[in-house]
Amino acid sequence: MSLFKDAGHLFRFAFLFVVAFFVFLVVRHFVVPKTFGEYGHYRAAAIGEIAAHPIHFAGHETCETCHADILDVKKAGKHAGVNCEACHGPLANHANDPSIAPPKLDTAVLCIRCHAVSAAKPKGFPQIDPAQHSGGVPCETCHQPHSPAIQTGGAK
Amino acid sequence: MNVDRRHFLIMLPAAAIAWKYVLAGTPEESPNYKMSDHWWSMLIDIPKCIGCGNCVRACALENDVPEGHFRTWVERYHVTDWDMVNPEVISPDGGKEGFPAAQVDDNGKYFFVPKLCNHCADSPCTQVCPVGATFISPDGVVLIDQTYCLGCAYCVQACPYGCRYIHPEKKVADKCTLCYHRITKGLTTACCEACPTGARQLADLKDPNDPIHAFLRTHNVQVLKPQMATGAKVFYNELDGSVR
Repeated sequence: MSLFKDAGHLFRFAFLFVVAFFVFLVVRHFVVPKTFGEYGHYRAAAIGEIAAHPIHFAGHETCETCHADILDVKKAGKHAGVNCEACHGPLANHANDPSIAPPKLDTAVLCIRCHAVSAAKPKGFPQIDPAQHSGGVPCETCHQPHSPAIQTGGAK
Repeated sequence: MNVDRRHFLIMLPAAAIAWKYVLAGTPEESPNYKMSDHWWSMLIDIPKCIGCGNCVRACALENDVPEGHFRTWVERYHVTDWDMVNPEVISPDGGKEGFPAAQVDDNGKYFFVPKLCNHCADSPCTQVCPVGATFISPDGVVLIDQTYCLGCAYCVQACPYGCRYIHPEKKVADKCTLCYHRITKGLTTACCEACPTGARQLADLKDPNDPIHAFLRTHNVQVLKPQMATGAKVFYNELDGSVR
């Protein structure tokens, strides 16, 4: 076997490479997350973790299961397309435990957010100048937020 | 701790069950949700936006967005007739508390442009991530694995829409998830839920019954920066040419 004569140092070197390769495989097995590469170059389990984040806005369908009476009022009025939590804020905790009372709302802030006059808003959107429109009288004196058109003979 | 053989054997099944959950690694997933059945997108109807900032506030509350950073925000454009290519754009605090009243301008126009992650199908941000911490999910949502992210911010630079930021406390990339935790449970996103005028609509391009298909066929719809070929999936109805 003249071919392998005096090649012992090369075998030792090759053996080191083989050992290093297996060490790499073992380390890789423990370091790379289980689901990495399941769908692509990322950890597939992350999708489930993100999907498990807690919800804060319950969604109007949830509200409507209990508050069907308000839904009937709202459906007939101009605010039919406005979801509950657009004004009432996130109420998933109230939906999960009805004993948690939703915070009281301030119409002076809420109505103005959408309906304060501005040339930037779409022309057809109902807008008022808060100072001239009511002179400080609270909005709900005339307008019921769930169906805001003035009911008795007034302008819409 | 002294554990005799008897107690050790009693504890074995409990340990086996616990270990199963450790290996699974996935907290509760929605049982009836199949990723391959969806391809999420969003429709923004610019003529309907009133700049109230409801979406920005709802997003911050739903997703615990840190102060001064935005997963969605609203810009107000003021375009004058004599300088269409240099619009005046404002977004005070992301439009969170609305906008100052605009005076009537006979030589120009105003409009609002809500912005968010475009959940691009060929996203530049996912391509530059060196560790595979950000990716496009099988249902078309660009997500971040925050336990894997190094915070190198390559993706923040790569996003042509400026939709990413480094979370000031977690020190990792953060952005809109299209409320992935909501849409996988059959709810709409927080911004769509809170939008009072329906200017934002979550849409599923793989659902043949979704009204998005009819809308896209019959309206003048564009995406932002189409020349970047990002495959953006946030569609803007009546988008003005001055918007960037």
